[in-house]
Amino acid sequence: MPKLYSGAEIVFKCLEDQNVSHIFGYPGGAVLPIYDELKNFNSIKHILVRHEQGAGHAAEGYARSTGKPGVLLVTSGPGATNAVTALTDAYMDSVPLVCITGQVPTHLIGTDAFQECDTTGITRPCTKHNWLVKDINDLAKIMHKAFEVATTGRPGPVLVDIPKDIQFQKANYKNYKNNKISNGKSHDNYSQKNIDDLINLIQKAKKPIFYTGGGVINSGTKASELLRELVYSTGFPITSTLQGLGSFPADDNQFLGMLGMHGTYEANNAMYSCDLMINVGARFDDRITGKIDEFSPKSKKVHIDIDPSSINKNVKVDLAIVGDIKSVLTSTLKTFKKSKNNFSKSNKHQISNWWEQIQKWRSKRSLDYIGSEETIKPQYAIERLYELTKDKDTYITTEVGQHQMWAAQHYKFNKPNRWMTSGGLGTMGYGLPAAVGVQIAHPKKLVIDIAGEASVLMTMQEMSTAVQYNLPIKIFILNNEYMGMVRQWQELLHDKNYSESYTAALPDFVKMAEAYGCVGIRAKTPEELDDKIIEMLNTDRPVIFDCLVDKQENCFPMIPSGKPHNQMLLGPKDQKEKKITGKGRTLV
Amino acid sequence: MANSKSAYSFAGKKQKPDTHIIVVWVDNEAGVLARVVGLFSGRGYNIESLAVAEVDQKQNISRITIVTTGTPQVVDQIKLQLKKLVPVHKVADFKREDKNVIFKEMALFKFVANNGKLNKAFEACKNFNPVILDQTNKSNVIQITALRREIDTMSKNLKKFGLVSVSRTGAVAMTRGSEIFK
Repeated sequence: MPKLYSGAEIVFKCLEDQNVSHIFGYPGGAVLPIYDELKNFNSIKHILVRHEQGAGHAAEGYARSTGKPGVLLVTSGPGATNAVTALTDAYMDSVPLVCITGQVPTHLIGTDAFQECDTTGITRPCTKHNWLVKDINDLAKIMHKAFEVATTGRPGPVLVDIPKDIQFQKANYKNYKNNKISNGKSHDNYSQKNIDDLINLIQKAKKPIFYTGGGVINSGTKASELLRELVYSTGFPITSTLQGLGSFPADDNQFLGMLGMHGTYEANNAMYSCDLMINVGARFDDRITGKIDEFSPKSKKVHIDIDPSSINKNVKVDLAIVGDIKSVLTSTLKTFKKSKNNFSKSNKHQISNWWEQIQKWRSKRSLDYIGSEETIKPQYAIERLYELTKDKDTYITTEVGQHQMWAAQHYKFNKPNRWMTSGGLGTMGYGLPAAVGVQIAHPKKLVIDIAGEASVLMTMQEMSTAVQYNLPIKIFILNNEYMGMVRQWQELLHDKNYSESYTAALPDFVKMAEAYGCVGIRAKTPEELDDKIIEMLNTDRPVIFDCLVDKQENCFPMIPSGKPHNQMLLGPKDQKEKKITGKGRTLV
Repeated sequence: MANSKSAYSFAGKKQKPDTHIIVVWVDNEAGVLARVVGLFSGRGYNIESLAVAEVDQKQNISRITIVTTGTPQVVDQIKLQLKKLVPVHKVADFKREDKNVIFKEMALFKFVANNGKLNKAFEACKNFNPVILDQTNKSNVIQITALRREIDTMSKNLKKFGLVSVSRTGAVAMTRGSEIFK
């Protein structure tokens, strides 16, 4: 008779078979049987967080920086509800997560038992799929299915809710073989004709642009390589969304910078004026499109995406190619090379006017800012951070707000999976736990959370996690004492009524660092900034870096939402000329 | 303050909404209806009526028929989003005007009246396959099958014959001819 395993053992058996090496979690009554088994599975290391949201974001950081699914293990009730923000975040940004929750014993479900909540009900809208395990014999199947759903097609979070009695019950376990039969929801669904049409459009375009997104990153490092090859062989300009940064080298001449609400002047104008837009793995988010009716009015639009429901959701496109980016780009390049070798040379003339125009836009230097010798400009801080870390293989996470946009604008990413930020949901407090997850996955690498002082306080407790596991993460806080992005909108759109956006009574971050048992460093002037950054980089322990920056600085350029791309606000100088009208103010 | 309408962008040009009947074949498992209905409510789609029951006991397949209104773009989204759900096998979409598809709703009417009125009530239902399911000397229950709008009209017109209670199902649909939806 084959050996019988308890539900808790089966959970770990499944994790082993899925090659999971780290799980992020927090124990509690309804998962104790699972925690009890932890000691018997040496290949799986558990990272104890300080809050379940932190477990979720850490798992996200882990997943985004490795391409593997992140796993978290939390208890029932509050454990599950605390994880909801991270699950929603992962859902919006297509991050593969497997969340295992404990549940009250089956016979107590529905009785409002202690720490009971309708976990599958609560997480239904923020997961790709979830399961309540009601029969021990289904557990293994569900666990493996969970990994399959999380990682195939457009990746995303899934949740498996396991009642405590199921964790004790016993069943068989057969080792899992990945037979790669998917449920039919993740197939490439394009034809050679689609590819031919694309190449035909590429050939005819006079004002083309690539608009790439997180889909390229999610498709794996190979996809980024293929993208580079395609962009180089066409000679077309390329812009990227927030989530796509790193799939194409930011310091390359063909790269126009990020587009969208805080994108560069050249990227947004090129999007507005192009005649061919090739969207590779992006989703026409409202922060990108601005006013839909005036979004790139004259272009033919091509959309390459693995998720059929992304096609024509916000913007109607002329050519849809549904498939994995890697596979679509492979086919495209293959066909392209067959028919159009040396295309970029022969094509140079056709798009030379376009490049000239782009250079004109570029000469506006929309990311410029007015420097200062007295106060540290936040942009300057990011620039220096970039200059001093660019030779290392650095992983950057961020919180949400001005600092996030400045990081996206001024830190130049050249490799995929190096940039972890909460784009879709915009979760303040994402960056610190995400940095924990990234550092766990890449123990030898430099991991920096570019943070704002308001965001970082939301999940500050995870410093304790970093200290416990000797994770030398660097929390680089651009401290302006304001919720900067809120303050910016209030300044520009609400008549400078800074309602509740100033944080009085901030903690002393240096002392706080010391209290957590890590290192605190403070920089007050531009003069000392470099030395302090170097000091931070030379510290092989977790560091909280309190960088006191200009409190009034705003993040430009900016498209007030609801405006088309060609009506951007540039820096302070330009702003006087184009005051935001009442129409724009409704759009924050 | 004056201009405090908070919106992310101005709504674009509106297309014309149409009524569609969406048929969804799903695994009959716990929570599947909540997933489908939650998708509609979560994304702001309408549900005019809903009918659901298991149709294949061997394979555990339920068939959900949803009547919805939406612009072509919204209806496309509904279909594509439904197809992404793990327990969903296939999704069919018919326009209400589609001549190749039969739509039917069933209604139960209870009348309390004298014999003369009860007879007239039955008479009035005769175009809609009336069946008397229950009868006493002062009441009866009549079952009819018809289109949604026909039942709407009937429930209004039958008041005068002593209609006191109406119970009706959501629409169900079936294609005409020998073809089946794959």
